[in-house]
Amino acid sequence: MNYILNPWPWYISGPLIALVMALLLYFGKTFGMSSNLRTMCTIAGAGKFVDFFNFSWRDQIWNLTVVFGSIVGGYIAVNFLSNDARTDLNPTTITELQNIGFNNPGKTLVPNEIFDLDVLVSPKALIIIVLGGLLVGFGTRYANGCTSGHAITGLSSLQKPSLIAVIGFFIGGLIMVNFILPLIF
Amino acid sequence: MKFLKFLLVGIFFGIVLVKSEAVSWYRIYEMFRFQSFHMYGIIGTAIATGILFLQISKRGYIKSIKGANIFVPKKENGLIRYIVGGTIFGLGWALIGACPGPMYILLGTGIYSMLIVIAAALLGTFIYGALKVKLPH
Repeated sequence: MNYILNPWPWYISGPLIALVMALLLYFGKTFGMSSNLRTMCTIAGAGKFVDFFNFSWRDQIWNLTVVFGSIVGGYIAVNFLSNDARTDLNPTTITELQNIGFNNPGKTLVPNEIFDLDVLVSPKALIIIVLGGLLVGFGTRYANGCTSGHAITGLSSLQKPSLIAVIGFFIGGLIMVNFILPLIF
Repeated sequence: MKFLKFLLVGIFFGIVLVKSEAVSWYRIYEMFRFQSFHMYGIIGTAIATGILFLQISKRGYIKSIKGANIFVPKKENGLIRYIVGGTIFGLGWALIGACPGPMYILLGTGIYSMLIVIAAALLGTFIYGALKVKLPH
């Protein structure tokens, strides 16, 4: 049972993520989480203003179902399939983050300093959350896919556009973590 | 109940991403600091397994549930949209540590501020749609 309750090693997790992609392909669909953002815009009526959102969203109900399932999966994982194990971060990472004001790196999945509801009254945390969401939403549609569509599905099917997109993901991520985050905190 | 299978796949996806710690903000930070192999191991073995699956199915050994060939849609050719869009995505991914799957999964784990992230991501998607014709692709 401890094998399930403890965090899973990378060599188990990676193939299981590929299994998600394989199952969806087996069901005749393609693994891509960011498409759901466009679908939700369409359902909210964005098609009245922008033609990009005029498409038959009912064809995407299966993908919205995956989204709903993933929320349930997240709930099940933390409430029934986890123990108190901390994320086993590199000690250097922990020291580094403590030095810039993160109190307990690895104790929770996300830092309370940014995501705790109490902190959201601070403009800084709110700006980070909103800006991050905007960048992800805009960037993923501009790049025509996210981690699931490009890094997993696109690279598994050896597609060059996906390789370029993943290189972009890393350029952005490296700039943020190494140059911008130290300025913010 | 034709959607039941998708619900189950989603639940499985959510569990795997929490248990693998791929939804951890700290793991994403650590990855972009090159201080741990963990995330590279996950992404690397996922792609390796994915390649294996697609190569086997390409040779006709695995068919879809309806008996058709396994098919992965081709991404359009292009450069600017992938490198610029990808970089913008990466900036956001590293800032909030969540991409478009984990933001829902984290909501399920009880991080309710993810609702604001999702709302902002919807707005970002809308802004892209509105500017699409003016952007280089």
